[in-house]
Amino acid sequence: MATGFDAWVLTLTTFTPIVGLALVLLIPKVEEELIKIVTLATTVLTLGFALYVLYYFDYDHTAKLQFEVKKTWIEVINSNYHIGVDGISLPMLVLSAFVTVLCVIYSWNHFPEPHNVKAFLALILLLEVGMNGTFIAQDLILFFIFFEIVLLPMYFMIGVWGGPNREYASIKFFLFTLFGSALMLLAFLAIYFKTGINTFDIPDLIAADKSRITHGVQLIIFGGMFLGFAIKVPMFPFHTWLPDAHTEAPTVGSVLLAAILLKLGTYGFIRIALPILPEAAKSWAPWIGLLAVIGIIYGALGCLAQTDMKRLIAFSSVAHMGYVMLGISSLTAFGINAAVFGMVAHGLITGMLFFIAGSVQHTFHTREMSRLGGLLTQAPKMGWILGFCSMASLGLPGLAGFWGEFPAILSVFQPADGLNVAVFRTYMVIAAIGTVLAAGYLLWMLQKVAFGTPKDEWKDHHIHDVGTAEWIAWLPMLVLILVLGVVPGLMFKTTDDAVKTIVKAFPSTQTAPVKSHEPQAEHGDDAGTEHSEGDGTDHAPAESEHSGG
Amino acid sequence: MKHYWFLDNAWLIPLIPAISYFVILLFGKRFGERAAWIGLASIGSAWVLACGTVVQWISHVNASEHGGEPGGEHGAVETIRAFGRSIKLAAEGASAGGEGHASFVANPIIHSTTWFQNNGFKLDVGIHIDGLAVMMLFVVTTISLLVHFYSTEYLKGDRRFNHYFAALSLFSASMLFLVVASNTLQLLVGWELVGLCSFMLIGHWWEEKPNSNAALKAFLTTRTGDIGLLAGVIMTFFVVQRYTGTGSFDITQVNQAAIGLSLDGNSKSLLFWCAAALLLAIIGKSGQFPLHTWLPDAMAGPTPVSALIHAATMVVAGVYLGARVYPIFHEGLNIGDGGINLMAAVGGATLLVGAGLAFVQNDIKKVLAYSTISQLGYMVMGLGVGAWSAAIFHLFTHAFFKANLFLGAGSVSHSGAHHSFDMKNDMGGLRKFMPKTFATFMIGTAALIGVPLTAGFFSKDEILATASANEYTFFKYVGLLGAVMTAAYMTRCVYLTFFGEYRGGHADHGDAHDSHAAHTADGDDHGHDHGHAASNDHGHDANGGPHESNFPILGPLYFLSFMSIFAGWIFAPMLHHIFHWEIFEKFPLWVDPHVGSRGFPILEHPEFAWIDPILATAAGVVGVTLAYLFYWRKAYGQNITERNGALGAGKKLLVNKYYLDVLYTDVIVGATKGPIAQAAYWVNQNVIDNVLRYTGKGAAGAAKFVYKYIDQKGVDGIYNGSAAGTSALGGLSSKLQTGRLQYYALLVLFLLSAVAFAVVITN
Repeated sequence: MATGFDAWVLTLTTFTPIVGLALVLLIPKVEEELIKIVTLATTVLTLGFALYVLYYFDYDHTAKLQFEVKKTWIEVINSNYHIGVDGISLPMLVLSAFVTVLCVIYSWNHFPEPHNVKAFLALILLLEVGMNGTFIAQDLILFFIFFEIVLLPMYFMIGVWGGPNREYASIKFFLFTLFGSALMLLAFLAIYFKTGINTFDIPDLIAADKSRITHGVQLIIFGGMFLGFAIKVPMFPFHTWLPDAHTEAPTVGSVLLAAILLKLGTYGFIRIALPILPEAAKSWAPWIGLLAVIGIIYGALGCLAQTDMKRLIAFSSVAHMGYVMLGISSLTAFGINAAVFGMVAHGLITGMLFFIAGSVQHTFHTREMSRLGGLLTQAPKMGWILGFCSMASLGLPGLAGFWGEFPAILSVFQPADGLNVAVFRTYMVIAAIGTVLAAGYLLWMLQKVAFGTPKDEWKDHHIHDVGTAEWIAWLPMLVLILVLGVVPGLMFKTTDDAVKTIVKAFPSTQTAPVKSHEPQAEHGDDAGTEHSEGDGTDHAPAESEHSGG
Repeated sequence: MKHYWFLDNAWLIPLIPAISYFVILLFGKRFGERAAWIGLASIGSAWVLACGTVVQWISHVNASEHGGEPGGEHGAVETIRAFGRSIKLAAEGASAGGEGHASFVANPIIHSTTWFQNNGFKLDVGIHIDGLAVMMLFVVTTISLLVHFYSTEYLKGDRRFNHYFAALSLFSASMLFLVVASNTLQLLVGWELVGLCSFMLIGHWWEEKPNSNAALKAFLTTRTGDIGLLAGVIMTFFVVQRYTGTGSFDITQVNQAAIGLSLDGNSKSLLFWCAAALLLAIIGKSGQFPLHTWLPDAMAGPTPVSALIHAATMVVAGVYLGARVYPIFHEGLNIGDGGINLMAAVGGATLLVGAGLAFVQNDIKKVLAYSTISQLGYMVMGLGVGAWSAAIFHLFTHAFFKANLFLGAGSVSHSGAHHSFDMKNDMGGLRKFMPKTFATFMIGTAALIGVPLTAGFFSKDEILATASANEYTFFKYVGLLGAVMTAAYMTRCVYLTFFGEYRGGHADHGDAHDSHAAHTADGDDHGHDHGHAASNDHGHDANGGPHESNFPILGPLYFLSFMSIFAGWIFAPMLHHIFHWEIFEKFPLWVDPHVGSRGFPILEHPEFAWIDPILATAAGVVGVTLAYLFYWRKAYGQNITERNGALGAGKKLLVNKYYLDVLYTDVIVGATKGPIAQAAYWVNQNVIDNVLRYTGKGAAGAAKFVYKYIDQKGVDGIYNGSAAGTSALGGLSSKLQTGRLQYYALLVLFLLSAVAFAVVITN
């Protein structure tokens, strides 16, 4: 347990925005500048706390919960205010605090209609509470509450500041997520009752003996969590809320949605579903992998069918989150490391792409790619940034996107023991094909938007290139995309041990080496080496089918 | 072991141009056109360092050969081979001591540092310097240096002069990074960056759609091959894991594991798939059939870039990969067995396909592009038939004569044809106007068609000789047929460009460059280099007529012409046979890997036989004669292709590039972008979404029913159905129309199912 300031810092990281929110509510609506300043100060202060955590985090013990606090909270159901960060939650927490600040900066002069600055910024602050809280919660009830807090501000952000079809999109978003949450909550309750230790404490539940729960029930409980998280990710076929929500959401809403909210789902898998129910996870893994690769190809095809730039980027999220989920489905340390990396990389890259789409709309009042063109001539800086982010998004080595994608594909070549190797290698090939499609839709977008000459309707317009607020908001993200791409070890070092602890439940033996130190005289003895590949790992999918009763 | 400064610090070679890229990009504006000199200076220093590595590597090899580490390699040869299928090879390897090269060890210089670590997996970044890498460093920096120098004149006044040089720097840096790579993942990184740079440079004039199309096509086609690269590099990791127990991308380990595993019957399929996947990568990057279609389109970029792409970077990356992890291919595809294998077949097919297409091009750069495809086919075929040294040697000589030809074509276009590349309409008779360019172009042509004593003659010959020695007789004849075709299409090309009457300078070119955009747009038979801001930037264009180029263009041509002849003399068995000078067989000594038979397959160099050069020369003579009769003398009349149905159909097939572009662009890409994507999206909007919508509607309907008949009529009906009840119903239906309520109803349904779920679990 942490002491002194360390015991408070996570709480501060989470609840400082509440204080800011209260202040903002006290300020009269007309004092827009003041509201902006207070909001910015709050988010910067929050980021400061997050950076404190980042700085004083003990990187030699990333598997251990740090800055941990555990206080009695709701005694009657034995739920505690248990918070802490390990190597997996740390990058997400910092990313969340970081992106929020940039969103506030970007908002400075990019307020969507109906402009209400006070309400808009208040919602962002509330959103931040939910986002940061989710990444530090170590208690299922606490997690659930933060997970749900996120829902409301985003619902209003889309519903009030969104595009023409905002009502439909916001309700769809709300109901989908709520539906998932309902099942997730039931799954949490089931865990609580079924393990027999009557606790919501995540570390305790991970350590608990789950042999009392029959495999079939485990599968159902996992299924409940799966729905809750998969809708948030979103995985195919639960993704249909995402393109609508993104298309209609204001720029900042889209950025937060892509950068953080989607990650709540994948984070939930890694933090809760996998370690608490490893047996069920193993049975579900082939199906998760299947949905992931379907999502990769399907999302890419969805992109190719779009004419709206922002909607295209939204569909690309479906594909990219497919890689993250593919890494998770391998149940190997390698794959989950890749998944966490992919979460951060996707947050930065797709967040940036949404920023650009927002600025394009701000300038041209349209996102129809057929009406755009020649961005590189009219606003060369923005054009170059779009090119840079497209390259990062399609997984160019040397930029962040690659390190989420490549290791994820690699990990499924040899998934955890007990998973069908042939099935996962098929996924590997499909995922690799997805990289070509990704290159396809991103470059076509780049060609339509940035290359060529400006269309006649914009020929005589003076187009504003990247402005100051945009530079301040974007530059840190661009730098991070490059830095993480060149020094991926920064992230892998942080996540590695924590991930290893999670996959302890999934032993992964490596094939016995063929090489012997003698010259290859008795190589005939090694004849059996490939057996681990073919044998009976086919049961996993079959079992989950029979588990309905 | 002695320390070699240049070899130990070879990492500087890619680093310097990389720094130059950032400097030009960030501060380029401040320098104006002087930014070119930053690029030039950086690549110049890289070249000096590369020359240093050449000198030191040679002394390293010499030191190892005399009094180095000899040690029972022959013994190991026998042990390791005794259990494999290649006993024949081993016996010959031991006895064919004529070369004596296989009998000493000259270890590569390897330095690496950890890039990152992720669960039992350490990724290093480092340098792996051996003869192959040193040779490539020399070739890449040399060609790049010449291209930089040439570009200072050729792109003068370009609208994005600085960007061009920045991209050129990054291009060289990426390629050099790939060359020095100590592991396959690092190689992949360099590989992709090379692809990015070619995208930037091919699409350098992105204002015009055809150019950005060409850039996209290049990137996407090579990216298709990269599916193989991703899978293949991943498999190299597991090849090592299978062999040693710990996975690694390290090139030395990959090679050793491949050799070691080849004895293990169970690992055959892993090796095969790894080789097949990497071969797909080579097919994409090195323009092999059937993914070669991007290469001719890549001519949309500035000509010096074409020279760089075709000679030293990008396309040779594939061949380099093949040479780098050759044991994977050798063992996975059973190259030692003779007969036929996938790699040789791909190379052989490419060789003929490319040569065939070169006949029907009217654009001089496209002739050269297809000739590159064909020559790359020789290299890949060479690797496929076990002629490792010869294939690499062909890469080496080809770099010089192909750069020579491309830069020569650039010179013709720049100074003789108003920036056009159309041989039929804008050239002809140029030998009178540009005698120097003509001379250098002829030397390049001679090397390409394999005139005796030129570089191309020796390298091509060596591939064919080794093919027959390794029992790949069929591919030897494929190669000879290719030689006939090469000689023929180059004769046509030279004839159209330099002989006959000058056809350029007609009216529509009088108004200089204004019409160029229209030209580029009207299809791919007209390539134009037209990056110039305005035509009056060109003082010399004012006089209208074709004239000789000036020094920044001619200088590189002179040097490359020299190399087009003499680069071949360091591996010239014929000359060695006559004169017995050591210099004539140095190349295999310097470049072959001397790591012992456990790290690399034994490379054989066939004994010289007069029949090989005689056959090759005869092939060239036949080709030139046929083309002379056909195009020059018009021996078969003007329009034979129109009079003879079969020939006409053949020409049509060639003009349409075997319809591969139609297949890719219209059928595959068209279908994916069009119907398939649309269908997927339609399913998304109408099926997946509707499942929810109708579930919602159903639930709403149920709610309505419950409300209307049970609540209102049943329960409420007792109280005589108030007006309020009716209006509530009206409100409900109107809400139903907007579709909003369906979702509330959906929620109700979901919650019901959730309760059911809870019941199941808790019971």
